[in-house]
Amino acid sequence: MQTLTINGKDYQIKAPEGMPLLWAIRDLIGLTGTKFGCGVAQCGACSIMIDGVVVRSCSTMVSQGVGKKITTIEGSSDSLTALRQAWRNNSVPQCGYCQSGQLISAAELLDTNENPTDKDIDNAMSGNICRCGTYVRIKKAIKEAVELKKQA
Amino acid sequence: MEKIQMKRRDFVKIVGLASGGLILGCNVSPEKIVINTLEDGISFVPNLFIQLQKDGKVTIVVARSEMGQGIRTSMASAIAEDLEADWQYVSVQQATGDAKFGNQNTDGSRSIRTLLRPMRKMGAMARSILEQAAANKWGTSVENCKAENHFIVNSSSGEKVFFGDLVEEAKTIPIPSDENIILKDKKDFKYIGKKVIRGIDMEDFLHGKSKYGLDARLPNMKYASIARSPVTFGSVKSYDSSDTEEISGVEQVVQLDRLIPPAGQFFGMLGGVAVVANNTWSAFQGKNNLNIEWNSGINESYDSEKFKEKLIDRIHNTAKVVPPFKGDVTKAFNNADKVIEATYTMPHLAHAPMEVPNALAWVRDGKCDVWAPVQDPQTVRAEIAHFFGFAIEDITINVMMLGGAFGRKSKSDFVVEAVSLSQKIKAPVQVVWSREDDIQHSFYHAQNAQYVKGSLDKNGNVTGWLHRVAFPSITSSFKPMSDYIAGFELGMGFTNNPYNIPNIQIENAKAESHLRIGWLRSVSNIISGFGINSFVDELAVASGKDAIDFRLNLLGEDKISTEKSPHPFNVARLKNVLLEAKKLSDWKRELPEGHGLGVAIHYSFYSYVATVVEVSVKSEKVKIENIYSVLDCGMYVNRDAVINQMEGAAIFGMSITMFGKISTKNGTVDQSNFHDYQMTRMIDAPNIHVHLVDNDEDPTGVGEPGVPPVSAAITNAIFSATGKRVRSLPLSDHGMV
Repeated sequence: MQTLTINGKDYQIKAPEGMPLLWAIRDLIGLTGTKFGCGVAQCGACSIMIDGVVVRSCSTMVSQGVGKKITTIEGSSDSLTALRQAWRNNSVPQCGYCQSGQLISAAELLDTNENPTDKDIDNAMSGNICRCGTYVRIKKAIKEAVELKKQA
Repeated sequence: MEKIQMKRRDFVKIVGLASGGLILGCNVSPEKIVINTLEDGISFVPNLFIQLQKDGKVTIVVARSEMGQGIRTSMASAIAEDLEADWQYVSVQQATGDAKFGNQNTDGSRSIRTLLRPMRKMGAMARSILEQAAANKWGTSVENCKAENHFIVNSSSGEKVFFGDLVEEAKTIPIPSDENIILKDKKDFKYIGKKVIRGIDMEDFLHGKSKYGLDARLPNMKYASIARSPVTFGSVKSYDSSDTEEISGVEQVVQLDRLIPPAGQFFGMLGGVAVVANNTWSAFQGKNNLNIEWNSGINESYDSEKFKEKLIDRIHNTAKVVPPFKGDVTKAFNNADKVIEATYTMPHLAHAPMEVPNALAWVRDGKCDVWAPVQDPQTVRAEIAHFFGFAIEDITINVMMLGGAFGRKSKSDFVVEAVSLSQKIKAPVQVVWSREDDIQHSFYHAQNAQYVKGSLDKNGNVTGWLHRVAFPSITSSFKPMSDYIAGFELGMGFTNNPYNIPNIQIENAKAESHLRIGWLRSVSNIISGFGINSFVDELAVASGKDAIDFRLNLLGEDKISTEKSPHPFNVARLKNVLLEAKKLSDWKRELPEGHGLGVAIHYSFYSYVATVVEVSVKSEKVKIENIYSVLDCGMYVNRDAVINQMEGAAIFGMSITMFGKISTKNGTVDQSNFHDYQMTRMIDAPNIHVHLVDNDEDPTGVGEPGVPPVSAAITNAIFSATGKRVRSLPLSDHGMV
């Protein structure tokens, strides 16, 4: 048995050897907000945070998450709160599927950079594909969230 | 007193929902009329689409699939508008696949176009009953009762009553006749055409709570991954699963035969070897460990580069001349001052929605339940009935959220796989495609080649236009030996070329299919949009005129087409979007060095689009700086969602233009995942400026029309920046990205 701490809650699982966190979270624990997109860390749909650092859960082993604090889209933080408000204000999502990963990547950016430049945003977000093409709105919403977080 | 009352089902019929002929052809006895899932015996349920509870909550059934176009919000707002509902009480329930809801096929950019009015009438009908209910309650005339934001207000006394408090009274009131169902005046709209206060699914999106197909879960369900023949329609010769069975979590390995659909309908499934496991990852691992020998079959020699040469050869020779026959191009070319010609090519494309194809099916006790992200649940239901012999009413298609679709999820092969497997293993099972499966076993947008020859007179007017096209037809997926482009495909831009040219000849050249061919967002408009807009640009250059002035002149006098159409083509609207794009992009402005502007226009799905792109080119590398898009789709519902669709279409068109290429060698697709089938990412995303034309025209398409002009607007901009004309896509083939 292994214990994963996700969004402050402990989950006991028995994961097969070598299983990536994505599938433990989705299939064994049943938190389906974290998405499968490519399986090879190319699209960012499966992004989660481990101890505040964004990883692609499709390519990160369960063992690397044990004993750490995992944050998924079902979780919360000051940055996520500000980002969600900005996402609402800008009607960002279309199909919504990639947005879990987009929000997690953006949350790490806001956690670590108080005043991200356009370039910082591009660098932080270019690992996340949005096939619907909502990039313009994501970028605008991130800038807005930076301000919302300062006001909070 | 017995009075003949209109039944709820008849109402659905009257407002025109039966466009698919399904409800019209269905004469159910009165006892069977109440088959509404919203009917709970407590609430007021005026029709199939609306339920009003005593606490005021309004549940609206949406029968179209949500794939990012925002249909659940816009359908709900259309009903809420004419119901005069307060948005805070509105929620949505997704319809299962059932003919009683009318046509549910979410495709062809037609949901709002065909359903806005019927849905508004659903709302107006309920409002009319609530007004009558209030009139009865107060003992006053209905003329004094007017709905206002979830209340009925008595204009003579000033009293008001909450919608929820009228439920009991409303249930006793007969359905009003059609002439008593009055739609709201446009000036009173609070939802239609406005920015929606709260998207129906927004909070779920933001908290990872939306349930896509891949999120469907049942107790003790299994997960499966299927190895399919690398060559299309190949079959399993033999396989060894011993390495697979060693994978922890793998439970069974099952061979699936190909199911071939009957001619003209359905999609069947490819067949292969399925690995069933207790989690998705083990199923994937198990599949990778299979050792399979394939019979490759007839498509083994398909090499897309060689096929491209074959297509080019064919369009350089005379092909089948198709209508409309207009004038005499040979004469026009002979009498011309200048004749130019060009050849354009584009490769196959795959949809690659972020959510891969998947379906959860549970076959038991003679019933079949499905949970899947599908664009056309009624066809899925009919297809399952066809292949597996269930009675249609024993099949339930639960339509999940679609994590993107772009036409891929119209094809129900992945559902057929899940049903077939569930029937075999006697357990609920979710078939999950890997990204590699998705890229390598799609229903591909067709590889294509076009040859255009045009003539100019001494004043720079276009006198002749010869257009030869070759691409494998979508029809080939439904009928073997369909080796020519179908009429409906040519009708997407080729045979309805919008320009006023006296001599036009369209030719259809042979193109066999060696992959499954399907429709992808805007379909063959992608091809015509690139070819026509590129060649018109070449003609403009040859004439020495400004690209926009040249097009305006070539479109000719304002007139409305007299051809039979629900929304006849109006050339003035196409000119107008072009003029608006000129303004929006500040077309005549001075540009920095290495920058260029390009323009393209396209009419598709009855909507009018003009797109201007600004590129910069540095050391042969192209960067898209700005995209300006103008859309005239008539009346629209959710303004912000329409703008979002146009922004997305610009990015989608960019991905096609920059990187879009599926190629094959030995019948096998070369690409496998996002590293070699690339998408536009934020770092490459330009500024996108969208303008919507406001008018009172009927609503027309939104989801697709933004895509077709993008490619040519980009390549035309590259020409204006560098003088280099790109005639084959994608740009990555030219080292330009």
